Amino acid sequence: MRDLSIYIHIPFCVRKCLYCDFLSYAASAAEMKSYVNLLLRQIKAESVFYRDHRVVSVFLGGGTPSLLPAEEVGGILRAVRENYRMADEVETTIECNPGTAAAEKLKDYITYGINRLSIGLQSTKNEELARIGRIHNYETFLNTYQAAREAGFTNINIDLMAALPGQSIASYRESLERVTALLPEHISAYSLILEEGTPLYDRREQYHFPTEEEDRNMYQMTKEYLGEKGYQRYEISNYAREGFACRHNQVYWQRGDYVGFGLGAASMVRDVRWSMPESMGAYQDYVEGMPVRVDNLSYRHFPGAYVLTIQEQMEEFMFLGLRMMCGVDCRTFDDKFGQEMEAVYGPVIAQMMSQGLIQKEGGRIKLTDRGIDVSNYVMAEFLFE
Amino acid sequence: MADIDQSRIRNFCIIAHIDHGKSTLADRIIEKTGLLTSREMQAQVLDNMELERERGITIKAQTVRIIYQAKDGNEYIFNLIDTPGHVDFNYEVSRSLAACDGAILVVDAAQGIEAQTLANVYLALDHDLDVFPVINKIDLPSAEPERVKNEIEDVIGIEAQDAPLISAKNGIGIEEVLEAVVHKVPAPQGSPDAPLKALIFDSVYDSYKGVIVFCRIKEGRVCKGTSIKMMATGATAEVVEVGYFGAGQFIPCEELSAGMVGYLTASIKNVKDTAVGDTVTDLDNPCAEPLPGYKKVNSMVYCGMYPADGAKYPDLRDALEKLKLNDASLNYEPETSIALGFGFRCGFLGLLHLEIIQERLEREYNLDLVTTAPSVIYRVYKTNGDMIELTNPSNLPDPSEIDYMEEPVVSAEIMVTTEFIGPIMQLCQERRGRYISTEYIEATRALLKYELPLNEIIYDFFDALKSRSRGYASFDYELKGYEQSSLVKLDILINHDEVDALSFIVHADSAYERGRKMCEKLKDEIPRHLFEIPIQAAVGGKIIARETVKAMRKDVLAKCYGGDITRKKKLLEKQKEGKKRMRQVGNVEIPQSAFMSVLKLDDK
Repeated sequence: MRDLSIYIHIPFCVRKCLYCDFLSYAASAAEMKSYVNLLLRQIKAESVFYRDHRVVSVFLGGGTPSLLPAEEVGGILRAVRENYRMADEVETTIECNPGTAAAEKLKDYITYGINRLSIGLQSTKNEELARIGRIHNYETFLNTYQAAREAGFTNINIDLMAALPGQSIASYRESLERVTALLPEHISAYSLILEEGTPLYDRREQYHFPTEEEDRNMYQMTKEYLGEKGYQRYEISNYAREGFACRHNQVYWQRGDYVGFGLGAASMVRDVRWSMPESMGAYQDYVEGMPVRVDNLSYRHFPGAYVLTIQEQMEEFMFLGLRMMCGVDCRTFDDKFGQEMEAVYGPVIAQMMSQGLIQKEGGRIKLTDRGIDVSNYVMAEFLFE
Repeated sequence: MADIDQSRIRNFCIIAHIDHGKSTLADRIIEKTGLLTSREMQAQVLDNMELERERGITIKAQTVRIIYQAKDGNEYIFNLIDTPGHVDFNYEVSRSLAACDGAILVVDAAQGIEAQTLANVYLALDHDLDVFPVINKIDLPSAEPERVKNEIEDVIGIEAQDAPLISAKNGIGIEEVLEAVVHKVPAPQGSPDAPLKALIFDSVYDSYKGVIVFCRIKEGRVCKGTSIKMMATGATAEVVEVGYFGAGQFIPCEELSAGMVGYLTASIKNVKDTAVGDTVTDLDNPCAEPLPGYKKVNSMVYCGMYPADGAKYPDLRDALEKLKLNDASLNYEPETSIALGFGFRCGFLGLLHLEIIQERLEREYNLDLVTTAPSVIYRVYKTNGDMIELTNPSNLPDPSEIDYMEEPVVSAEIMVTTEFIGPIMQLCQERRGRYISTEYIEATRALLKYELPLNEIIYDFFDALKSRSRGYASFDYELKGYEQSSLVKLDILINHDEVDALSFIVHADSAYERGRKMCEKLKDEIPRHLFEIPIQAAVGGKIIARETVKAMRKDVLAKCYGGDITRKKKLLEKQKEGKKRMRQVGNVEIPQSAFMSVLKLDDK
């Protein structure tokens, strides 16, 4: 029996943030309702494909999943439970933006079996939040956080961003201090990446963005400060207190099986990758075109299903695995591919080691501190010509 | 067919400043005379290369024969010869003009006379063509046909009061132009019974027929079976086919006789044998002397061309060979660069010619190229008395062996509105120009004459000229000769290694400035490495400028969302791909764009 992780995409937001280039938009209650119906249908119909799997984690991401009425979230999770074999302990996360989940809703989440909450705070500075178009302020966040604790959440992640327009080293440090003082179990900290085509990109001239030097200092500060506060970095931009590393997140890097439900959601099962359509119309056509009662499904059924070549699997094994601080296990590689990692990547590994970017330790290969700093450079080296 | 009345033939061309509507007028004439219905017309029939249409310029001379039913009741044969419009192709223009008896001068009703207008008119008058003007774009709100008429009369000195007022774009006044062709372009002269004397004004290569020679029969006649001789190159051949030009196709006929414009094929394998400007005569009954004006075209600008992917070297060689078949003015020979590997040193008529060849190689032959900075031909006089013509800066002999050097100088004419005279003169001064004169064309416009070193104008002079005059200046030049000059070789060192492909020859006085700009530019072009990279400019081993590419300290992609790793992979692939497109010099990877960045150093 294989483990399965489920990702469910809720593409709705009160308003799109200025830096966001993910699939999300504002929608009416009716649009949300009909979208949830599509989701339910997909979840049920595709379940036959996963009869040999058991679900170990569920992640409701977005968009802003907490924007859905609580009972819709309940309905989605019930559909999962009723149609899939569930492991004894399932990590079930919902993403939530401050101000979209009142105390009542949070309590409901607990009753649906949601045991992990991920709150998109980004910054504790209201002027920084306003500049990137977030709908909340720090005070709203504090209310949501307190309400979550009161509702009984014992595993909370807080998202933080560095390199925001107008952000200074001092203000970023203050955000770190304020957030760690709340003692969340998990912190996701990453730098803003200005994506072309976003409103923030278009108005980039108006703002002062942290210089490269400042950006790097913020980044350094993040790992040092969070380390001091007892948060262990287990992945490039994720930090957790002992025992709270996000299981769902690690599945992506360790190439476990996961399926995505909903608009644009990505899946990988047994080294086959596919994605749901990114336009609502196409997604609807897909779901409505599915047989209502089927005994069997094959990969052919999934849009754009692509069987990764052995080389691609090796590449992914390396560049995804290296994102984890524990690195990649050589034996696992050898067993999976029937070739020794040394035989495939020997020269690259030697070169990267000579540059002090990776290290070998206990049969594993992992990035050094310097290697983490320039991880894109290192990972690109593991791609084949 | 054999006896076409010479008095019913009109051989003419259209001359104009770039963008004044030459090709559009040609299209209208073809359309009007019914050679093609407007449905069949693809805009600008005569510009048949994709590139020509895109850039709105004519690169190769194009010719079409049309039948016009004139108002006098007679049918006339029009041979319209569309000439290239750019200064790089001046010689081709002059040969095309020599094939005509008259010329339509198209002048933009809003812009009036421009530098190229003048240059082309003088060229036409030099060839004894009867030139008559038409005023185009009269439907523009800013059109001032009366002012332009006066300008034509004052500046050029040709009658313009009854010039047809037309809009080629909207088909206004085309009939009038056609009538003017009948009445103002003289019928060809020349006896059909004299020995054959025909002018080659262009040629193209066809893989079945060999070289197709475009010619104007000045005297005599030629038909299938005639043994011909090219008087300058000495090549001989037997004619296989003669014919004339339909729109976009060759139409065979029995014979070409004096006054006619057409083509001939004779299983000629090499365009070199059919040099533009050469005279074709009958091998058995040759004419006494060739037509005047033939000259061998020389390349003025050289650059190195290298395949981005070293393995594509044979492809590049094949592509150059094929282009050369159609373009006798392209020269190339193999060369090797430490930084760029195997490639070719190619010679061109000018920078536009270079760009066109480069673009054709990239588009038609799907090649990814790295070109080095263009260079002119320097004459290096050595202390031992030898003189070498230097086309590749890396081949410059050691300074101790050099007595002195000479560089090519051009006579340039710049037409500019008076408000921009200051900035343009300053530009010319910066480019080591020698002021000759200013002529006022009218109260608001002047013609500036300068002598400029060619190497100062092949980089970005044209762009600089346009930007400093807000697009109002126009420019024309011709080679004047060679002059002694104080020149040095500027070398670029990246991480202490000299990069041969980045070396160039520069005047001693501008070496420091150029070196500094080069370093700045390269600093932006070269991506960060894991270590610090010094970029230095040196003259004769002495460092004159330096910049540093700082070491890469952070390159992390943060979030990977919902398990969608495709973006991340794309980013890594891009990074990897980018690396592949770089050139390794020592342990530094230099992107290809860096080799071309030297072209654009004017930052005004």
